[in-house]
Amino acid sequence: MSTQPSSNEPVLAVRRTADNEMGNILNLHPRRILVLGATSGIAESCIRLWAERGENLYLVARNADKLAAVAADARTRGANYVDFAVADLDKTASHPELLAHAINSLAGLDIAYLALGVLGEQPKAERTFDEAGQILHTNYVAPISLLTWLANYCAQRHSGTLAVLSSVAGDRGRKSNYVYGSSKAGLSAFLAGLRNRIDREGVTVMTIKPGPVKTAMTHGMKGSEKFADVDKVAATIVKAIDNKQDVVYVPGIWRIIMGVIKVIPERTFKKLNL
Amino acid sequence: MATPTTTEEATKSGPAPFESWGRYPAYNATVLPMHWQGDYPGMLDGIHGGALAVGMGRSYGDVCLLKDGTLLQTTSMNRLLAFDPNSGVLTAEAGITLAQILDFAVPRGFFLPVSPGTKYVTLGGAIANDIHGKNHEAAGSFGNHVPQFELVRSNGNRMLCSSRENPDYYAATIGGMGLTGVITWAQLRLKPIVSRKIDYEGIQFHGIDEFLAIKKQYSHVEYTVAWVDCLSTGKNFARGIFMLGDHSKEPGELKISPKPKLVFPIEAPGFMLNKFSIAAFNTVFFHKQMKAHVKTVQDYEPFFYPLDAVQKWNRMYGKNGLVQFQFAIPWEHAKEGTIAILSEIAKSGLASFLAVLKTFGDVPSFGLMSFPLSGFMFALDFPIKEGVTFPLMQRLGDMTREFGGRLYSAKDACMTSDQFKAFYPQWERFARYKDPAITSSFWERVMGQEGDR
Ligand SMILES: Cc1cc2nc3c(=O)[nH]c(=O)nc-3n(C[C@H](O)[C@H](O)[C@H](O)COP(=O)(O)OP(=O)(O)OC[C@H]3O[C@@H](n4cnc5c(N)ncnc54)[C@H](O)[C@@H]3O)c2cc1C
Ligand SMILES: NC(=O)c1ccc[n+]([C@@H]2O[C@H](COP(=O)([O-])OP(=O)(O)OC[C@H]3O[C@@H](n4cnc5c(N)ncnc54)[C@H](OP(=O)(O)O)[C@@H]3O)[C@@H](O)[C@H]2O)c1
Repeated sequence: MSTQPSSNEPVLAVRRTADNEMGNILNLHPRRILVLGATSGIAESCIRLWAERGENLYLVARNADKLAAVAADARTRGANYVDFAVADLDKTASHPELLAHAINSLAGLDIAYLALGVLGEQPKAERTFDEAGQILHTNYVAPISLLTWLANYCAQRHSGTLAVLSSVAGDRGRKSNYVYGSSKAGLSAFLAGLRNRIDREGVTVMTIKPGPVKTAMTHGMKGSEKFADVDKVAATIVKAIDNKQDVVYVPGIWRIIMGVIKVIPERTFKKLNL
Repeated sequence: MATPTTTEEATKSGPAPFESWGRYPAYNATVLPMHWQGDYPGMLDGIHGGALAVGMGRSYGDVCLLKDGTLLQTTSMNRLLAFDPNSGVLTAEAGITLAQILDFAVPRGFFLPVSPGTKYVTLGGAIANDIHGKNHEAAGSFGNHVPQFELVRSNGNRMLCSSRENPDYYAATIGGMGLTGVITWAQLRLKPIVSRKIDYEGIQFHGIDEFLAIKKQYSHVEYTVAWVDCLSTGKNFARGIFMLGDHSKEPGELKISPKPKLVFPIEAPGFMLNKFSIAAFNTVFFHKQMKAHVKTVQDYEPFFYPLDAVQKWNRMYGKNGLVQFQFAIPWEHAKEGTIAILSEIAKSGLASFLAVLKTFGDVPSFGLMSFPLSGFMFALDFPIKEGVTFPLMQRLGDMTREFGGRLYSAKDACMTSDQFKAFYPQWERFARYKDPAITSSFWERVMGQEGDR
């Protein structure tokens, strides 16, 4: 779609790169990181931080042009290795092959980071199941297909981190976005159970619950100028992954806010406009 | 799903949704973020009233504004696409800021070929205004270091522009004020450095003749700029400090700059900025450098971007905002023109903090509408004062025209249509490359009745 600069050097077709040009950090123990939904605003900010550290990256997203730009950025910033695949992750049947291919390309796996998600349109989801079904599929069914395969791979090897973007919206259903919220609630519950099963096998399962963040997903929402800065959120997430935390609220204040919201008695809660 | 930021409430109750640095004029507009190179022109679907790509809004007047139109804010489209350490050529999306480029380049031993007085401008904005730095004599303007870029037109045409491919669009877009289309990515030729440090010299001068003498004596120095006190008259008329610098040749640490911490906290009340407080500031600034001649080594941040240390310093001018007056006058009339204009400003009694005097060299700009011309460049900020500021700006504009000079569109909020057409007689040729779906409040203003929408 976009014009290529006329030079011998391909700008957008970035694949296998092991060269560490001058100035880039030479990472002697690069981690192998698989990012699913790599064109997400939150994921891209994390990818930049990992690239600057010289990690090895395998990026998956459904839009080829966007993915090429994200991969070029990661490569230029100093990622030790960048490979990618274009895939619509709603297609669960293709997951095993996609994941096996990614892990071959990375020669193993240290971190799988799941960022795919759609906000959907709540009013539409109230009227037609098609919209609700789509939200549930992308936010719940597809991640669970990915996680089932990845969890077994990691459990067998007794290593790896599965870091998944859920949401504070899953902590309590609210009328403004309960279909989306329920998809994230299901995802969070799945992750809690999975952690309970495979943490003892040496696999870290991490539930990441962002509050509202300034990304394409929330653009134009009321009050969105006050939402959290995506780069700050990404820095917190990357650090939490380093520390193998179980459940992370970002920004941290949301742990307290949701703590309060969760204890409001249903009798009162059902009358609120949230 | 995502609805555009609605702005009806914005100007009724608060600031405009997108402000230029001068905060004057303030217009309602819809701001749409551009995240990806492929977003444009699809994002124009359903909009009316025209559109304009904008960056950080660091232009002072209305080149980056479009009243009741749609502003396509490029700052989320800020990816690095490629870097060749052998040639120093960086390819990046147009919404990346020069600050972000420096964070990448400095640790790798590279620097911007041309730096404006703030690093918070985008690559696209720097090309669209063909900005200049303190090294114009050696380096020319920004566009001289941009071998190619992609320009996307509202009809979906994606054009690679360089001196060989689409050379007419290349020339029209450099300094083309965003009117020829949207720049999605560009290449910039960086230059090698071995240290963050600048070998700095500061020299006091009294009057234009002394300024010129220093200039001549130090013609081998890459970066030169002078600060001039325009409030003082008599024996202190046109006193100032000449600041010179070269990248240090002594290898030093090449770390990333720390993020600025200071933010100008509130809207200053108008009375804070009167002639007396500014005169005091100027005197303090002049004597901050107590000695007539200072020689030292300093970091590049305070040398190039002294004002960036305090974010949003434009709030100091209160909510009325400020206007900037910036001219270039050719050598032939440079001295008499500058003295006449300085006298006119001193006579008006309108206070100004920042008066910057530089010289432009004769490296030709690549842009059809570029501002620099060989001679004097002078810039200063004025607070907006009812009945005083605008008539003065008119007079100064006319004087600039009489002395064969021109004003800088990136800093302008006041030029008349007649003045613009006299400063840039090539405007008609330029207008042929304008994208029909794109316009700006600046363009509507300076086209007057003939503005083509
Ligand atoms: C403190 C300060 C010091 C400054 N010092 C200097 C200086 O020394 N020299 C100098 O030359 N200038 C200087 N400037 C002015 C500044 O460098 C220019 O106005 C610059 O163009 C601002 O870039 P921006 O990203 O903020 O763009 P904006 O102000 O948002 O837009 C500027 C123009 O670029 C166009 N544009 C932006 N992005 C794109 C794109 N992707 N495609 C097409 N068009 C686009 C817009 O339509 C508009 O016409 C200074 C400004 C400040 C505030
Ligand atoms: N932003 C917030 O306020 C917020 C708050 C809490 C939780 N979250 C969660 O954080 C995650 C990232 O969100 P974000 O804010 O970064 O939003 P975003 O920029 O909109 O990212 C969502 C990403 O998911 C991708 N995606 C959707 N469906 C897909 C599919 N079928 N196959 C492949 N990729 C698909 C999208 O791809 P395209 O680019 O091709 O559309 C997009 O890149 C999401 O799970 C979101 O629910 C966000």
